[in-house]
Amino acid sequence: MDKIPILKMSDFLLVTIQVDLYDQLAENLESDLINMVKKYNSHGVLIDISAVSIIDSFMGRILGNIAMMSKILDAETVVVGMQPAVAITLIELGLPLKGVHSALNVEKGMALLRSKIHNIEQDISIPADDSSTE
Amino acid sequence: MKEQDVVPYRNRVKEHAVKMGMGLVNQTKLITAASELVRNMLKYGGGGIATIETISQGRENGVRLVFADKGPGIKDISLAMKDGFTTGRSLGLGLPGTKRLVSEFLLESTEGKGTTVTIIKWKNG
Repeated sequence: MDKIPILKMSDFLLVTIQVDLYDQLAENLESDLINMVKKYNSHGVLIDISAVSIIDSFMGRILGNIAMMSKILDAETVVVGMQPAVAITLIELGLPLKGVHSALNVEKGMALLRSKIHNIEQDISIPADDSSTE
Repeated sequence: MKEQDVVPYRNRVKEHAVKMGMGLVNQTKLITAASELVRNMLKYGGGGIATIETISQGRENGVRLVFADKGPGIKDISLAMKDGFTTGRSLGLGLPGTKRLVSEFLLESTEGKGTTVTIIKWKNG
């Protein structure tokens, strides 16, 4: 069974999609990523799609799902390196990729994730002992 | 056609488009449309036959794709072509979205007999 490798980089998870995904592979990636967000307490997911030549409604849904699922696990998702032809096609198809942040390349994507997490940390001013749950 | 055939099929479509010198944006639109229709055929039609051919009309060249299944057919074609309508669990932009990506789009369906979708993407269209 093929697998898309997921790399852990400090607070982030990094995925580089190098092949055109078939459905099963995309669904596996979705669940693997979400499990790893939890496992490593990641605050950001960066997906490099510069080698992806086609995003259809299924693949778009997977990206949207990853972003929404990560979000409720307190992680932001950034998609980087989208090819211009893919962006044109996505919008004409009617798929705006809601909830997914995007950046031009990996470097800018990393910077975007850092700034988002930095903002969140600054927002937290309530003492932590409030959150004791059981 | 099975799920594993989708990616190889998309590659065949790409080969045809590249061979006639179709630009990258049109190629991407065509392949995305093909991907949507193949997916529909697998999901609703229970598989079927997909064909690829290169055609020409006057000085214009293009790729014609035909997707034929023997599934349950579409009850209300005008409803199926409306943005946001879906019976499955996808995003509901399959057919109208796909139509926007190609030059010509023909949907024929008989209830109980099956559905045939024909699309044409002109090289410069």
